[in-house]
Amino acid sequence: MAHPNDRVYSKEHEWVVADGDIATIGISSFAQDQLGEVVYVDLPSEGDSLSAGDSFGEIESVKSVSELFAPVSGEVVEVNSALSDSPETVNSDPHGDGWMIKLRMEDAGELSALLSAEDYDAFITEG
Amino acid sequence: MSEALKRTPLYEEHLALGARMVPFAGWEMPVQYAGIIEEHRAVRSSAGVFDVCHMAEFRIFGFGAFDFLQGLLTNDLHRITELGHAQYTLMLDDDGHIIDDLIVYHTGDLEYMIIANAGNHEADWAWITAHAPADLEIVDESDRTALIALQGPEAIRIVTELAGDGWEAPTRFAIGEAVLDTVPVLVARTGYTGEDGVEIVCGAANAARLWRAILSFPEVTPAGLGARDTLRLEMGYPLYGNDMDRTIDPISAGLGWVVPKAKTGYIGADAVASVREAGPATKLVGLTVPGAIPRPGMSVLHEGVVVGKVASGTFSPTLETGIATAYVPVALAAPGTPFEIEIRKKTVSAVVVKPPFVSSTSLSA
Repeated sequence: MAHPNDRVYSKEHEWVVADGDIATIGISSFAQDQLGEVVYVDLPSEGDSLSAGDSFGEIESVKSVSELFAPVSGEVVEVNSALSDSPETVNSDPHGDGWMIKLRMEDAGELSALLSAEDYDAFITEG
Repeated sequence: MSEALKRTPLYEEHLALGARMVPFAGWEMPVQYAGIIEEHRAVRSSAGVFDVCHMAEFRIFGFGAFDFLQGLLTNDLHRITELGHAQYTLMLDDDGHIIDDLIVYHTGDLEYMIIANAGNHEADWAWITAHAPADLEIVDESDRTALIALQGPEAIRIVTELAGDGWEAPTRFAIGEAVLDTVPVLVARTGYTGEDGVEIVCGAANAARLWRAILSFPEVTPAGLGARDTLRLEMGYPLYGNDMDRTIDPISAGLGWVVPKAKTGYIGADAVASVREAGPATKLVGLTVPGAIPRPGMSVLHEGVVVGKVASGTFSPTLETGIATAYVPVALAAPGTPFEIEIRKKTVSAVVVKPPFVSSTSLSA
């Protein structure tokens, strides 16, 4: 399963697409497949401040719950409120409409600590 | 290190269907194939097939079989005097606590079959054989016996088609012989989903053939333990290990209906009579939990005070909300009583409802 190479990934299975200082964050196709059908997504509020590695919410399927971790630091400028009514979008379009939050990054340099698609694919294959 | 996980005769079938396998009660079992919610809905709307080969089957044969079981189990065996009838029942210890919940089938003259939970297989066998008189034949058939459940509004039509001309499905809670795609079986009209359907007993060597014959019907979806749990909890059916165990009596568990008041002389009867007389301190209730998923072990609070914990909890695919069971003080057991459940860092509201959580199924129709 190859992940799109237009973005970078964390070892906690989040992806980041950067546009200027705005980072859009979601979870990888691999992560949603492991979770199964998503039934709740609990996201932060706009204005919340996150440091890289902070838990910013939870994602829950029938059988399990996982924390979401900020791959970079910044202020939450937008949350995908559509996910509260249609959490299954995380399964059907994890890299697109299933995005979760947008951050105004404090330090775009943090992106370089994340994995390329190729390295992420290798990481999940290793288990 | 624990023993290696056991595999059912359908293990290879599950792998071929892309199932996600998990450990369950010492077995390697499919928790889901396409997805729990999808499988759940397939069972409610059409039909699902489940591998339940991990469950234990015991046979009891002999002139003393009736008297032995009447003294071992809580429900009144007179209710299934007729051949081919079955009943849900409990096996209690001397203190009136639940060793297991079972279905006992009157399968033949002087003969009964018991289907028991996989997790209690050894404990049940030890208890049964320790109490049995010497002139009874008691056999653990589990290793050579397969059990496949076909459940859903289409289930009876499908099994009838497989059985061929002239076969009639047994009535609810009855069991009868059939030959399905050349495989000789017992078909029991029982289940754990709240839908009409059957549980099919056959020789382990024939399990894969039967499984494939059932799945050759396009309206049948393979369903895993995940859907089995959401389906049973929507009906408020208790699960051993969550809703009952060796610390729980049947009255507190809401299972007084399988412990007839008039029956005496079975193991645990005196203890149950005492609980009935004094009244139970706690009671198992159903809770709806909007907007969150309660999980077993989470604290249940009333007016800020912890009064119990979640016994069973999950997401209801039909209601699209959280549902749970919990033991709470009897004074707080009335429908409509508000509670809170601690779900990790949050406290969410819950309210007592009388199960089933989902009342409209092919069984209620």
